[in-house]
Amino acid sequence: MTDSRFFNRSELIGILVLAVFLVVVLPLTLDVFRLNLVAKYLTYAFVALGLVICWGYGGILSLGQGVFFGLGGYCMAMFLKLEASSVENTKIQSTPGIPDFMDWNQITALPLFWKPFNSLTLTIAAIILVPGIFAWIIGTAMFKRRVGGTYFAIITQAVAAILTILIVGQQGYTGGINGMTDLRTLKGWDIRPDHAKVVLYFFEVGCLFVCIMIAQFVRHSKLGRILVAMREKEDRVRFSGYSVANFKIFAFCIAAVFAAIGGAMFALNVGFMSPSFVGIVPSIEMVIYTAVGGRLSILGAIYGTLLVNFAKTSLSETFPELWLFGLGGLFIAVVLAFPNGLAGIWGDYVQPRIDRLISLRKPKPAGWTDDSVADGAPAE
Amino acid sequence: MFGDYSLGDLGSIFVMQGFAGLILFSVYVLMALGLAIIFGQMGVINMAHGEFMILGAYVTWMTSNFFQSYLPSLFSGYFFLAMILAFVASGALGMLVEWVLIKHLYKRPLDTLLATWGLSLMLQQAYRSVFGAREVGVELPQWMLGSLHVTDSIEVPINGVFVMCLTVLITIVVAYVMYKSRWGRQVRAVVQNRIMAGAVGINTEKVDRYTFGLGCGIAGVAGSAFTMIGSTGPTSGQLYIVDTFLVVVFGGAASLLGTIASAFSISQTQSTLEFFMSGSMAKVLTLLAVVGILMLRPQGLFALKVRK
Repeated sequence: MTDSRFFNRSELIGILVLAVFLVVVLPLTLDVFRLNLVAKYLTYAFVALGLVICWGYGGILSLGQGVFFGLGGYCMAMFLKLEASSVENTKIQSTPGIPDFMDWNQITALPLFWKPFNSLTLTIAAIILVPGIFAWIIGTAMFKRRVGGTYFAIITQAVAAILTILIVGQQGYTGGINGMTDLRTLKGWDIRPDHAKVVLYFFEVGCLFVCIMIAQFVRHSKLGRILVAMREKEDRVRFSGYSVANFKIFAFCIAAVFAAIGGAMFALNVGFMSPSFVGIVPSIEMVIYTAVGGRLSILGAIYGTLLVNFAKTSLSETFPELWLFGLGGLFIAVVLAFPNGLAGIWGDYVQPRIDRLISLRKPKPAGWTDDSVADGAPAE
Repeated sequence: MFGDYSLGDLGSIFVMQGFAGLILFSVYVLMALGLAIIFGQMGVINMAHGEFMILGAYVTWMTSNFFQSYLPSLFSGYFFLAMILAFVASGALGMLVEWVLIKHLYKRPLDTLLATWGLSLMLQQAYRSVFGAREVGVELPQWMLGSLHVTDSIEVPINGVFVMCLTVLITIVVAYVMYKSRWGRQVRAVVQNRIMAGAVGINTEKVDRYTFGLGCGIAGVAGSAFTMIGSTGPTSGQLYIVDTFLVVVFGGAASLLGTIASAFSISQTQSTLEFFMSGSMAKVLTLLAVVGILMLRPQGLFALKVRK
């Protein structure tokens, strides 16, 4: 069935088509402004990718992915903010050398937890470790005590609410509701001009493909199969001697780290970070992207993210009223009629016809329902 | 921190703070009662619960405007009619939503969350299109303004007392309906074992529809009561939804008593903490405590011991 350990042929084709689409087609056809928009959308694709593993495969719906997106984003933004707040740049402040919002809030010395963000290495470590450890703590506390399903969703939502209130409330340490703005350079390299945006876009696409490979590996390894088994009949897996909690924690942590990488990319590409990307509404929107694209399909989630965001931008520019009706309706339709999202539509209706048309492949063997749905990623 | 106050002042402050907590408690109970029925009994995660509340608030606002322009002599009593209208409107919308949307999703609780979130987006936009994006406030009749002077230093706002009395009344009605009436028994039978309930002749589809309608109707009444305390905008519903879910989950989803107990403990914690620190930090600490306790007792304070 599988041609190699990580892909079967249709998946490989799908990933190559996505690669061509992101690396060649989009940069050639879009201007820098639009390309930067795509870069912004792709940061959410990281989150959606994590949700495929954690929600689609593991059956753990987290409504707090904005938390991890935010943690990653804030780690990156803190590093960039410190670099932008050199003594040179901030000499009009009463205490030069600290970020401007601290100065406005009468904080005169850099708080201790900001210190590590003077170093890029530590920042990159923090982008992975802070959300990872945080997810591990939440996951351990919840899954070891067998909290799952709807309760987990509601508690992650509460965590998202807590973090937002905390960020907004602690203005002096976090920049408050405005977030961290005016991010300028990365190790002296200006991130604002057009050519930098293009470089960052390609860097981001590279990271995205690394994450896709990791997700592919998880999916095709034994781990992925245990996750699916757990989603379907948790007790049976537990009685077979597997530590269900540990697998769930792992899936949740992977999703968290992916989301954090997305957040860090967001801070780099968009040039600011604010609590409006942390709370409940953005977290649920990120779930929407995954659901629309297809919760079982890695590539589907990415296309879903791009599609919903494109629709959001173009519709909300021209018909701001229709947009929310459209989004809400789309969401209800996806849940009611297409639980596997676009990828499901592709796999069920389009791909069989294409296959029949060119008869490239033999029909799938029966009995691999989960994989065959997942295989139906839209390959464009 | 207490040095600046005399003992009497401190007493009054705690009484006032406790009273503010009681008003918050009433608000939480009103919000959570409907959700305790929908989520606790039916297992449906209704993310549009806040929007049903807002519908009740808008109905109240329209009623008050109607009375102001056409029946000014009866204005002081408009509220009672408004509450009934709010219940009917939200309940009817709830039954419609159950019929169109929810009934297909009983086996997929996480999907009800996503679908009702979509519904809440559409309702928000509908409110914005119909009533405008601005927040609207209801004009209160004369007798509800002002406050009772209990002692020299303790003042109690009348609208707060009114909302509290209303909460007690609604809670008693709901408890009676759920635990004493024939219909409530049917609801609980359907919740515990749908197939068996159907087998003994209960029309489970009808019970589901009316239960959902009742939950939404109570949300409408809650929204109606909120107009006495604050103003209403298209997106106000979203502010309440997480708090409400936490109240219900914290109390133990299927227990009405648990819902009330958890609303009480959460509101009192928050209003007491608010005295010592900023409102946002009080909120953070309260939510953290709730989440922490939920990790220790995942089924909530008053979990029903049932075999699954």
